[in-house]
Amino acid sequence: MQQIIKDREIVEDNWQHLDDEAALVAGNITVSITRWQEQHETLSHHEGGLGIRLSGDDPLEEIVPDLGRFQLVVLLFPAFTDGRCYSYARLLRDRYNFKGEIRAQGDVLYDQLFYMSQCGINSFELANPNRLTQALAAFDDFSESYQATVLRPEPLFRRR
Amino acid sequence: MYQYDKYDQTMIDQRVAQFRDQTRRFLAGELTEEQFRPLRLMNGLYIQIHAPMLRVAVPYGMMSSRQVRKIAEVARRYDKGFVHFTTRQNFQMNWPKLEDVPDILAELASVQMHAIQSSGNCIRNTTSDQLAGVNANEIEDPRPWAEIIRQWSTFHPEFAYLPRKFKIAVVGSHEDRAATKLHDIGLHLVKNHEGDVGFEVLVGGGLGRTPIIGEQIRPFLEKQDLLSYLEAILRVYNRLGRRDNKYKARIKITVREHGINHIRELVEAEWVHIRDQLKLDKKEVERVKQYFTEPAYELDAADSDSSYADLLAQDKEFALWVKQNTADHKVSGYRAVYVSLKKPGQAPGDITSEQLEVVADLADEFSFGEVRSTHTQNLVYTDVKQADLYALWLRLNAENLATPNINTLTDIICCPGLDYCGLANATSIPLSKGIAQRFDDLDYLHDLGDIKIKFSGCMNGCAHQSVGHIGILGVDKKGEEWYQFTLGGSSEADASLGERLGRAIPKDEVVDTVAHLLDAYIDLRYEDESFLATVRRIGVDPFKERVYAADH
Repeated sequence: MQQIIKDREIVEDNWQHLDDEAALVAGNITVSITRWQEQHETLSHHEGGLGIRLSGDDPLEEIVPDLGRFQLVVLLFPAFTDGRCYSYARLLRDRYNFKGEIRAQGDVLYDQLFYMSQCGINSFELANPNRLTQALAAFDDFSESYQATVLRPEPLFRRR
Repeated sequence: MYQYDKYDQTMIDQRVAQFRDQTRRFLAGELTEEQFRPLRLMNGLYIQIHAPMLRVAVPYGMMSSRQVRKIAEVARRYDKGFVHFTTRQNFQMNWPKLEDVPDILAELASVQMHAIQSSGNCIRNTTSDQLAGVNANEIEDPRPWAEIIRQWSTFHPEFAYLPRKFKIAVVGSHEDRAATKLHDIGLHLVKNHEGDVGFEVLVGGGLGRTPIIGEQIRPFLEKQDLLSYLEAILRVYNRLGRRDNKYKARIKITVREHGINHIRELVEAEWVHIRDQLKLDKKEVERVKQYFTEPAYELDAADSDSSYADLLAQDKEFALWVKQNTADHKVSGYRAVYVSLKKPGQAPGDITSEQLEVVADLADEFSFGEVRSTHTQNLVYTDVKQADLYALWLRLNAENLATPNINTLTDIICCPGLDYCGLANATSIPLSKGIAQRFDDLDYLHDLGDIKIKFSGCMNGCAHQSVGHIGILGVDKKGEEWYQFTLGGSSEADASLGERLGRAIPKDEVVDTVAHLLDAYIDLRYEDESFLATVRRIGVDPFKERVYAADH
C-alpha cells in the first residue's frame, strides 16, 4: 500500500482509484466524474467509502449537488504547472462547504504543498513518494499569508 | 514610501530561505531543470545566453536611496557593476551566478526588496505612474492601491500557476504613463457622477505576438471592493484561460475568444460570492496611505527663489534640460526631474553602480531620499525645489545622466535583444545606439518633439514596439536579421496599435529608414503637429512611399 501525506502526517493510503472499466471492489474507492454520472445509482449503494476524481477540465459545478455522497475528492494535477485545481479546492471548501478529504494527485511536488494546503487540499500523493519526510517541512515554508485562505479565512489586513 | 512591518519582512525572509533550499536541491540533483524552472522564475531568475538573468521587483517604481545604494553594491559584488531598468519599472542583472542568487536575494531582503513573482506564470509586479502623488491633474494617488495589490498578489496560493503571466497597472490621472490599456488588468482611479472616487477596470490588454487594447469590464468599482473584484477576475481566468497553447494563454485571448460580455457575467457572478470576505476596511486603507503622505514641502519655494529664473535666462543648456527633462509639480516651486538613462551610445535603461550611488546621494540631497523608475526606462526625482535644479543638473551632467532627451527620438525603449536574451531573433541595442548616435543634434531632436521609438528584438515585444510612434521589430529570415516597422502606435490614454509600414528592412538600412521617416514627417506636418498626430492624419502611405522609394 502506498504512503501519502494526510493532515501533515505520513499515512498508509486506504483508497483504491478505479478506472472506468475496472470492476467494483469492496472498500474505499474513487471513480471518475464520468463513471459517477453514468453509474450513480449503483455507486450510491457502494458499502465502502466513495470518492470522486476531478481534473481542471471537469465541470465542478455539476457534481456539487452530489458532494454529500463523497468522503474524498481527488483533484488531478496532470502537470504541476496546471493550476486550475487550486481554484477547485478553494471553491469546494469556501463555497460548497465540503468537509471531507481533498487530495492532490498527479504531478504533485514538494514545492507546491504550501500553496495547495492554503487552498484547502489536505492530502497529497506525491509524484516522488521517496521524499515524504522531507516534504513535510514544506508546510512551514511560510508562517503568514497576506490573503484570505482556507486555512486562515481572515486576510492579513484584518489581523495586523 | 511603504515600509515593511514584521509580517512583510518575515515573509520575504522566509522566501529567501525557501529559495536557498530550492537552489541547493537543484544543484544537488534533487530537482530536475524542469521542476526548478517555475520555482526560479517565480524568483525572477531566467537562464539566458551568457548567464542567468535576475529580475528584481521595484513595486510601482519606488526606491529609497538606501535601496539604490544596495542595488549598486549588489551589482558590483555579484555582477558586472551595472543594472538594466525595464519597461515594468523593475531592474535586471545580466551576469549573476546561479549559486550566488540566494545571497543576492538575502542582501535585497535586508533593504525590503525582492524578486518575487518578477517572472513566471503568476501575478507580476504591479506598476504605476511615476508621477503619482505629485501630478497636479491627479484624481487620487494610486500608490497606496498599488501597494494593497502588491500584498494581495504576493504569494497568492491560488494564482501561482496561472495559464500565463499576469500584469496589473494602476494610475490615478487621465494621463496614462503606465500603459494601463496594455495590461492584463488596467485600473484607473475615476470620479463618478456622485463625486465618489473608484476604479474603472479594464481587462485583456497586452502586447507580444497579438497586441490587444484592454476593454472595460466595469466602469466604476468602489475602492473597498478592489481585491474581491481582482480575485474574481483571476479565478475566472485561472479556470477558463487556455493551457493547450502558450501563445493563446494570456487573458487577452480568453477575453477575445469568449467576448467581454461573457467574461463580465462570469466575473460578476463570482464576485458576488467573495465580495464581503475581501472587503477592504478603512483601517487597512489608512494604514497603507500613511506611508504615502506628502513630504515636508517648503510652501514658499517659488517665492523665496529668484536664482532659477536668472539661470534659465543665462544658461541655454540648463534651460533646454529643464524644458525637456523636468515636469510640472502640484506644488508651486517644485519640479519632477528625469534622470535620462538614454545617453546616445549607451544601452537604453542601463546604469552603473557608480552612477547609482550618485543617484542615491542626489536623492538624499534634493528629493527627500527617494527616486523612482519609469515605464520608459529612465529614473525620476519627483520632489526637487526649483532653487536646487541648477545644482542637481550640474551633478547629473557630470555623471552623463542629464542628456536632455526625455520623450524625444533618442529616448528609445529597447529590449536586451540578441546580445543577451535567449528568445531574441535580432539585435536591438546596437541599432538603438546607432539611431541615437545618428540623431544626436539636440536642436533637431527638439524640433522633432515627442517621438517614441520602441525597439524589440523578437515577437515577444518586451519593448512594446506595437505601441511605439515608430515601432521596430527584429525578425529572423533564414538566419538574417530583418526589421519590421510600424507607425502610429501609442500606449497612453489614446492607446492604439501601430500600422505596418511595409516589408521588412535589412539591418544596415534601419537607421536610414528612421531618417526617411523623419524627413517625411518634417515635410508633411502642420506647424506644431506631433509625429503621432501627423501619422494619424495622413496614414502610413506617404511614409511608405518615402521609405521604399528610397530603395531605388
